[in-house]
Amino acid sequence: MTREEIFEGLNEVFQDVFDDEDIIVTDATTADDIEDWDSLEHINLIVAVEKKFGIKFTMGEVSGMKNVGEMADLIAQRA
Amino acid sequence: MKELEYPFDGEYILKKKKSIKKALLQEDKPFLDKKIAILGGSTTSDIKLILELFLLNFGIRAEFYESEYNQYWQDAMFPNEELENFRPDIIYVHTTNRNITAYPAITDDERMVEEKLSEEYHRFESMWERLSSVYQCPVIQNNFEYPGYRLMGNMEASDFHGRINFITRLNQKFYAYAQSHENFYINDINYVSACYGLDRWLDDFYWHMYKYALAVPAIPELAYNIARIIKSIYGKNKKAMVLDLDNTLWGGVVGDDGVENLALGQEVPMGQVYTEFQEYLKAHKDLGVLLNVNSKNEYDNAIAGLNHPDGVLKPEDFIVIKANWNNKDQNIIEMANELNIMPDSMVFVDDNPAERTIVETSVPGVAVPPMESPEKYIRTLDRSGFFEVTSLSADDAKRNEMYKENAKRAQLMASYENYEDYLKSLEMTGTIKAFEPVYMARIAQLTNKSNQFNLTTKRLSQADIETMAADASYITLYGKLEDKFGDNGVVSVVIGKIRGQILHMELWLMSCRVLKRDMEAAMLDTLVARALEKGITQIKGYYYPTAKNAMVKNFYGQMGFEKESEDADGNSVWTISIDSSYNKKNKVIKVVD
Repeated sequence: MTREEIFEGLNEVFQDVFDDEDIIVTDATTADDIEDWDSLEHINLIVAVEKKFGIKFTMGEVSGMKNVGEMADLIAQRA
Repeated sequence: MKELEYPFDGEYILKKKKSIKKALLQEDKPFLDKKIAILGGSTTSDIKLILELFLLNFGIRAEFYESEYNQYWQDAMFPNEELENFRPDIIYVHTTNRNITAYPAITDDERMVEEKLSEEYHRFESMWERLSSVYQCPVIQNNFEYPGYRLMGNMEASDFHGRINFITRLNQKFYAYAQSHENFYINDINYVSACYGLDRWLDDFYWHMYKYALAVPAIPELAYNIARIIKSIYGKNKKAMVLDLDNTLWGGVVGDDGVENLALGQEVPMGQVYTEFQEYLKAHKDLGVLLNVNSKNEYDNAIAGLNHPDGVLKPEDFIVIKANWNNKDQNIIEMANELNIMPDSMVFVDDNPAERTIVETSVPGVAVPPMESPEKYIRTLDRSGFFEVTSLSADDAKRNEMYKENAKRAQLMASYENYEDYLKSLEMTGTIKAFEPVYMARIAQLTNKSNQFNLTTKRLSQADIETMAADASYITLYGKLEDKFGDNGVVSVVIGKIRGQILHMELWLMSCRVLKRDMEAAMLDTLVARALEKGITQIKGYYYPTAKNAMVKNFYGQMGFEKESEDADGNSVWTISIDSSYNKKNKVIKVVD
């Protein structure tokens, strides 16, 4: 899976979870950039990303993620 | 909305919850507004959001109070202005095995474990008692799910030191409380987590990261289970099943294959599947669910199939049998009229996807579960929760009999030319009295289930009913009707509030099973008599239109009231002056009051 494909999938998930068609995420995107992205919504995002790519993150990975780029790195290793 | 009906995709619902909510709120249908307090022993945020969706889909628009993280007990036990001002209609206590404070230790003796059990239980019992006395509303309480590990292995279940043993006994104590208290319901997460898969349900990732006591992907299962209970409390259960025959109740096509070649009975595996399905359906009769047939068949073939020697369901188990070559949507509409119920209280059970689509698109509101493979029929119907039971009254078990008696009355009616002669021939006796303790549950049930003959559609809990019955400023009446074919039970409820010399009718409802029997006239006669005893000179009636109660728009007019006003929304006020010269309207029912 190419990085473009991963980001295409991530955009779709972010748009669904935050119900906002205009969201485009990049490597540097963090929770500060998206208004509704709080800790409770974060869990939904993780669940939706896991479902989309058919993977499961560990606790350590989720705790350590700093931005969307790191999330994409983890997906690239698994999917 | 199909996305929210069983079998639903929970992860899809979680992901799309915002857009699903928007779509539900845009649906052009009346909502029942309810206030729900969630008292949580762990994170409840998504539980609330997903529960909201399922409730909207059941026609209930909820406003929520949510306790702070793990404050369920404090919120319940101490004065709580915010919750008191919120005035919840329902309180849901979301506790799990994470909230058990003192498990047995291996070194404990039997008496110590007994004490721990009793302490744990009483912490909950004292909370329920306080909730019931302060908030006087239904309480829904989780039981406990099994733990994620077994220290002693299998002996955890049988030995008093074991956590599984402890949880099982604690759950039993919860059930005993539920059995002996009205308005208290168990949300069986022990069962739901087992169905979902305990290991997946108890995924500790979600506990340690977010303090969710269940896996987030399992939340829709939990929320659906809670929503089933709530919609049942508010009378939104289905009432009738409409069943296809060929390849639904038996394997094969009776008209082509002949009765002797149908798959039914113990000889072949497929026959066993259909026998079990018939047993499952037949058991619904005792819950008061009305069974009906809607089949494209020659009538005689349908009856022959239903008389199959190995069949569990027989022709007499059904109220209406439509076996003809008409379109099934047409049959369903006729059936709804004959049974006097709304199409949206019916479940259409048919193996044929084309028939299901026709019914689904042309009779909005009918539930149409996907009956895909015979061995899955039971699970599909069962998990859908169409007939979730929250109260079992003796009436429920008799309901099928009552509808049958109605069918006999209809035959008798056809033999009379004069309607009044027919009514007299029924030899009716009505009991019309102030609310009595034995009928409180039934009265509350009627106020929540009656939609059509209901002037104000005021929904009341049993606690409300009991308060009104004890208050001298109310005149309350229930009406029970018997005739030569049987007892219809309590069928009418009337509540009036006295202010000065005027009686304001807050509620007037009647079950549609006794329409056109002059029961409403008998109720008015007794109401007038009680009102005159209290010095009332005028009765004011109110009609508030809903999607379902158009049949009583002019009810007060027919009863001799004058229309005083009507606003733009169709809400109308009616008055009648009364004195001792009042002429009784009922001439066909012998009344005991």
